[in-house]
Amino acid sequence: MDMHAAKKKMSLKEKYAHMTRGLDWETSYQSPEKVFPQASFEGIKIHDWDKWEDPFRLTMDSYWKYQAEKERKLYAVLDAFAQNNGHLGVTDARYINALKLFLTGISPLEYVAHRGFAAAGRNFPGVGPRVACLMQSLDEIRHAQTQIHALSNYNKHYDGFHDFKHMLERVWYLSVPKSFFDDAFSSGPFEWMIAIGFSFEYVLTNLLFVPFMSGAAYNGDMATVTFGFSAQSDEARHMTLGLECIKFMLEQDPANLPIVQKWIDKWAWRGIRVLTLVGMMMDYMLPKRVMSWKEAWEIYFEQNGGALFGDLARYGITVPKCITQCTIDKEHISHQAWATFYQYGGAAAFHTWMPSDEEMDWLSAKYPNTFDKYYRDRFTYWREQAEKGNRFYTNTLPMLCQVCQIPMLFTEPDDPSQICYRESDYEGEKYHTCSDGCKAIFDDEPQKYIQSWLPVHQVYQGNCFPEGTDPTVAGFNPLAKVLEWYHLEHGKDNLDFEGSRDQKNFDLWRGMATKNT
Amino acid sequence: MHIDLRTVAIKPVRQTFDHIVRRFGDKPASRYQEGTYDLQQTDIFHYRPLWEPELQLFDKRRSKVEMKDWYALKDPRQFYYGAYTIARARQQEAAESSFEMIEERGLADLLPAEVKQLALDILVPMRHVEWGGNMGNSYITAYGYGTAITQPCLYHAMDHLAVAQYLSHVGLVLDGAEALDAAKEAWMNGALWQPMRRHVENVLVVQDWFEIFVAQNLVLEGLSYPLLYDYLDADFSANGGTVISMMTRFMSEWADETGKWVDAQIKVAAAESAQNKALISDWVKQYRAPVLEALTPIAARAFGDKADSVLSEITDQFNARCTKLGLVL
Amino acid sequence: MSTVFIAFQTNDDTRPIIEAILADNPHAVLDEQPAMVKINAEGQLVIKRATIEELIGRDFDLQELQINLITLSGHLDEDDDQFTLAWK
Repeated sequence: MDMHAAKKKMSLKEKYAHMTRGLDWETSYQSPEKVFPQASFEGIKIHDWDKWEDPFRLTMDSYWKYQAEKERKLYAVLDAFAQNNGHLGVTDARYINALKLFLTGISPLEYVAHRGFAAAGRNFPGVGPRVACLMQSLDEIRHAQTQIHALSNYNKHYDGFHDFKHMLERVWYLSVPKSFFDDAFSSGPFEWMIAIGFSFEYVLTNLLFVPFMSGAAYNGDMATVTFGFSAQSDEARHMTLGLECIKFMLEQDPANLPIVQKWIDKWAWRGIRVLTLVGMMMDYMLPKRVMSWKEAWEIYFEQNGGALFGDLARYGITVPKCITQCTIDKEHISHQAWATFYQYGGAAAFHTWMPSDEEMDWLSAKYPNTFDKYYRDRFTYWREQAEKGNRFYTNTLPMLCQVCQIPMLFTEPDDPSQICYRESDYEGEKYHTCSDGCKAIFDDEPQKYIQSWLPVHQVYQGNCFPEGTDPTVAGFNPLAKVLEWYHLEHGKDNLDFEGSRDQKNFDLWRGMATKNT
Repeated sequence: MHIDLRTVAIKPVRQTFDHIVRRFGDKPASRYQEGTYDLQQTDIFHYRPLWEPELQLFDKRRSKVEMKDWYALKDPRQFYYGAYTIARARQQEAAESSFEMIEERGLADLLPAEVKQLALDILVPMRHVEWGGNMGNSYITAYGYGTAITQPCLYHAMDHLAVAQYLSHVGLVLDGAEALDAAKEAWMNGALWQPMRRHVENVLVVQDWFEIFVAQNLVLEGLSYPLLYDYLDADFSANGGTVISMMTRFMSEWADETGKWVDAQIKVAAAESAQNKALISDWVKQYRAPVLEALTPIAARAFGDKADSVLSEITDQFNARCTKLGLVL
Repeated sequence: MSTVFIAFQTNDDTRPIIEAILADNPHAVLDEQPAMVKINAEGQLVIKRATIEELIGRDFDLQELQINLITLSGHLDEDDDQFTLAWK
């Protein structure tokens, strides 16, 4: 057996190459164009798929081994959390509203990412990227399911979680994340990779998960910390895939550069707009704050993204053109978004509230240039009104941007007191957007964005009432009917946190745990 | 302050999510149920896909098979991601220890030359067929309808990748990297493999995802797995080739397990309507012929003059299986 | 030069990994956050299998890093002996 003892153990790189590369072949009974019908319509030119470098070299057996270990650990924590009523250990029940936003706005999109990466994993002609995309597809269904399983216990005890898939498709603010993923999946496979694989996973995901999960840790929610960090461990693989993909496209043909740059500009802006919701969550919804949205933005976008784009400069890639606007926006967007949700709190599936004085002091300290100057007085006034029993709700619905679908709440880059509107004409119709970034996206592909199913337009067109609704009857209350169509339970899922069922139950249950009654 | 939260008996406001309640009532739901039912979006898509503008992102019209409720196609194994990976991790641990023992002790050197050559000629080129299985099932995951069927198809796709990698490992153990080159050459140009390659490529361009499910998961796997991992495996064991069986044990276990899942899908879809039944039966007949044609030279190499009787036994068993599922062949 | 980073969950498995990284990368800076440890380093960061093995007294496969990994930045190059993050 000496011969065997002498045989060198295969290295990781060699093993992966033998196990994966070479599985595919150039088809001859069917043309490659028929086998890979989506490979060329976007205009990206690839000359040699074998030049693809696999960043993580996982064979399926190792994948199962490591992922199963993660799953065992995660579900042990979730079981313990449920058995021990872990939800009563969070700082206060306001925190739970951040989780509602997560389950209704993020988890169903993890699912769409799963389907989209399966498509990419079928459609690329190279075996390397295909295997990496399929593993990501598998990870994404993991994320959807572990999030649902972790938050399932919250759903049993609190409102707002109970019909997340139905709400995602219908509720006005949830069309923001939904349309983002619909947009990416309805594009071709290369744009999908720039949209989700690169822009979202590499440039922006840290801004979503790291602050969210550190926030959960600060606020005593170990179930969420565990699913979040466990999901992030896959994210490191996804980020390297996204980065490899962009390098590969740029190295294959110089003609790919302008297409890739256009997609980076588009998807960076699309993603940043969606993250407005995260900014609001960080600054307003966590009872115990980790860092401000602005700080997270500076660490994870400006510093880290700066290093990334510095590196990509050798291919001719430039920093996304929205960067100037973002530098202004980071001081404002979380406050503007929260103000909007506070006013439209009658039509949101989570509770809203105004920050306490102590919380406002924190906001002043974190936003010395803007909070006191533009927002504090208004918020203080609203809070005082609410304390006097005049909690104010806007009973109409806001106008939405044709592209990002966020209400028109953002202000002009050079005037924070002026709401920003942009307008485009297409085939004799006018379309409204919230910013130069969204207008540029609209103008580049108007035939796509005129299709947007804008929830507020649809409400006004009468398309958002339960079947059999008669709007002509006396005393017809359109908003009530829309909420019914959303499956949003008025008085339970919506309105102010103060006086909510969540607040009462949490206090009652926690009282049972801490007092002898 | 330490709070012992466990001591609080509180009554939940609800047991599970509304879409699960609508299907099963307000009672505690399993992780499979919460992680599967109605997870795919069905309503209100914002943009038509650039790659298929006549349809929605998720669209029932991508198959001719029609179901009133696509979630009738449930997985009897109740695999969600965690259950799936933990089950496979257990199996891979057994496979890994077999490979380790064989490699450490040089057991492959003890194989009779004839057995080793047969494994190199028949098993190793199958890695390409497995890759085709991966592609078909990833297509279904992307374009199929309803998480109940698309989810296990991704698991199935990844299993095919794993089997392709196990078969590559068999080649490496038996004859190093040259084994993979020789298998690729046989796959591309050897007469023995051309009918199979033609068939696999033909399935790669099928558009109807349920048709792929039938062609790949029922017909191709239903006929080739018994041939390779049942009949041929028995021959290997009888002729001093237990080492080969050790390296392919995953595949025979896997075929048993996944066969039950495939059966459950076909049975429910065929029982739904006379139209589905006729459609699926026709697909089985349509794909059975080229698969048998492709397996004929392979069986001849493996079984010599017993090839005809082996193939006809396998065909009979397959036909009986389909009849039991309600198909008319 | 730009900063690369890597972050792990804070637990018993990652303690020796972090110790090894700090030993092998004197220029690295530790940033402890709730439930998470982040290590920042100018230019590049190298994780060596041998150093981790010395600390834990058993064989270690660098792919095991993935179990507790939270995030990273920089180009990744991984082989059997080391895991390198760098901006080129």
